[in-house]
Amino acid sequence: MARMKFICDSERCIECNGCVTACKAEHDVPWGVNRRRVVTLNDGVPGEKSISVACMHCSDAPCMAVCPVDCFYRTDEGVVLHDKDVCIGCGYCSYACPFGAPQFPTNGTFGLRGKMDKCTFCAGGPEANGSDAENEKYGRNRLSEGKLPACAEMCSTKALLGGDGDVVADIFRTRVMTRNKGSEVWGWGTAYGQPTAAKTEGAKS
Amino acid sequence: MSRVAHLIALSLCAAALAGCGERAQIGASKLKKADAKPWESASTDYTDSGWKAGDETSWQAQIRTRNQSQNEYQRTGSVTPAK
Repeated sequence: MARMKFICDSERCIECNGCVTACKAEHDVPWGVNRRRVVTLNDGVPGEKSISVACMHCSDAPCMAVCPVDCFYRTDEGVVLHDKDVCIGCGYCSYACPFGAPQFPTNGTFGLRGKMDKCTFCAGGPEANGSDAENEKYGRNRLSEGKLPACAEMCSTKALLGGDGDVVADIFRTRVMTRNKGSEVWGWGTAYGQPTAAKTEGAKS
Repeated sequence: MSRVAHLIALSLCAAALAGCGERAQIGASKLKKADAKPWESASTDYTDSGWKAGDETSWQAQIRTRNQSQNEYQRTGSVTPAK
């Protein structure tokens, strides 16, 4: 099996926030913590694009590289998880992550920063699968129930795909071939437009 | 004598090459707990019935089947991709 991956089809995402709600409800995510969120560029302007963003479960995860207590690990399925009993809540991972995936609950009168929380690809954490301890710390472990992440399975337009990277890529490729557009998914071109000839020339100098 | 010199040169080369290795340079926490594989869990009321707990192959097949439920072209069989 290939690595587990998410991919969001910006041609299909309608910014309904169904994925955000599904994640919140499935894992009882506390107030102020957003494991997943929908980002919209050029909101309200014709041609706006939205994309659902969470932990991308990087193959060479920067959060893992910078963690001073080495609380992260990667499963054989390519899911990046962490041990909350080891995490010290320093926040280094949030500076390292380009997607803003690591979240920190604030609690107490002085807004103390708690231990890091992030998308688990619905794979729980280093506690017994499906146990109360796992559910309490990391949320539900759907992978061990033979299911895929709630956000992707709940997506009404199937813009958000999650699962085996090879299968997800095949589904997306079929879509692009069928509609003959939207292969760029998300990136510089989608976010900022294609560079004009003048800009390209300027960049050379 | 030349044989000894060759051996020394070879060991120096090996020592120099050892520096090119890509070893992880992060600390390894001894406190970190090991995680169970997703297919090792005991069946619960919430477990999907399409696979057998403890069987990796059936779990992988179940995930692939579940993945295809996100593919409406296959689910409905309505659209054939353009060539």
